[in-house]
Amino acid sequence: MIVAQQKPISEIAQMISDCKKVLFLGCAGCVTVCLSGGEKETDVLASAIRIKRTLENNPLEATTFTCTRQCDPEYIAGIDNLVKDVDAIVSLACGVGVQYLAERFMDKWVVPAMDTKFAGGSVVHGLWEEKCGLCGECILHRTGGICPIIRCSKSILNGPCGGSQYGKCEINKDIDCAWQLIYDRMKALGKLDKLMEIQPLKDWSKSRDGGPRKSIREDVMIDE
Amino acid sequence: MPEFEPKIVAFCCRYCAYTAADLAGSMRLQYSPNIRVVEMPCSGTIEHGLILNAFEKGVDGVYIAGCNLGDCHFLKGNVRAIKRVAAVKKILDEIGLGGQRLEFFHIPASEGTKFAKVANEMTERIRQLGPSPLNKNAAGNAQKEGGQTV
Ligand code: SF4
Ligand code: SF4
Repeated sequence: MIVAQQKPISEIAQMISDCKKVLFLGCAGCVTVCLSGGEKETDVLASAIRIKRTLENNPLEATTFTCTRQCDPEYIAGIDNLVKDVDAIVSLACGVGVQYLAERFMDKWVVPAMDTKFAGGSVVHGLWEEKCGLCGECILHRTGGICPIIRCSKSILNGPCGGSQYGKCEINKDIDCAWQLIYDRMKALGKLDKLMEIQPLKDWSKSRDGGPRKSIREDVMIDE
Repeated sequence: MPEFEPKIVAFCCRYCAYTAADLAGSMRLQYSPNIRVVEMPCSGTIEHGLILNAFEKGVDGVYIAGCNLGDCHFLKGNVRAIKRVAAVKKILDEIGLGGQRLEFFHIPASEGTKFAKVANEMTERIRQLGPSPLNKNAAGNAQKEGGQTV
């Protein structure tokens, strides 16, 4: 999932300080799962900012709604009537959702309530960690299912580097050395020989270096 | 002008604090009439939004009362409530209402005296803080509030 974290309330409030009527829009996708922008968080944020504004003698009319997904045009098409007479939309989705809203509601001030952090998963309830760097050409089959692109601090393809110590990465003793993990797992699987193969240079044009990317599946496209 | 009478909501777990409130009644203990008790299935059912909602509606103070650590009927409900209260206190500080208006207390079912003590303490604390700026009926509510149960 995409993991996002809410910005400080004061920062979000600042973005809409001159607005009188605002829609706080949650997303029932990833940000609900990572407990930052779902229905509950949306209600709490709206309530907090409403109180703040009342205390500042600048009352705010805040409504709330949570879309199934903000990254799908069909789901934000359904909120046209909620958006009609607000001065701004505060989106609690990841950066993708914010942009879809801004594109659909051209004349509205759309602001992000979140800092979109990474693609990852949960370790325990309340803790999420980064797992994938979205490189565009996965090599997990060569690295024992452990991603060196994002979990090795230097994204080394033929690791470890000289800084790997007692299983920890040299940048921080709390971070596991990804290449130690890769080695241990490949050893356990009896596939250490695979690690002897030199990894070819990675084609970073398939990642962000190639500019914004698109993914297409012609067979599911609906012809107009 | 009459003295300010705070309106305080106490979210009480039915297995401890709510029972303690009953006990306080049976013991004929006098305690602050400013408390409005809401029975909860467990203190852990409290939600951030519910607390903020109460403040938005104009209450001057809120507290959540749960079992002693280790005594929760649902094992960890009180631990969760404590964490949520801490998180909402932070929000209240950030938005300028002040985290002191919110508190968590442990009140076992057998301690009617503690129930009364907490009610009085919290009333005193909120009285010192003064009415919540969101409480539109704060001025002159002394008679209206005094001793009523609604
Ligand atoms: S190799 Fe690339 S696609 Fe695979 S997990 Fe790592 S960053 Fe993600
Ligand atoms: S110590 Fe390990 S994780 Fe850290 S940079 Fe070196 S190889 Fe990567």
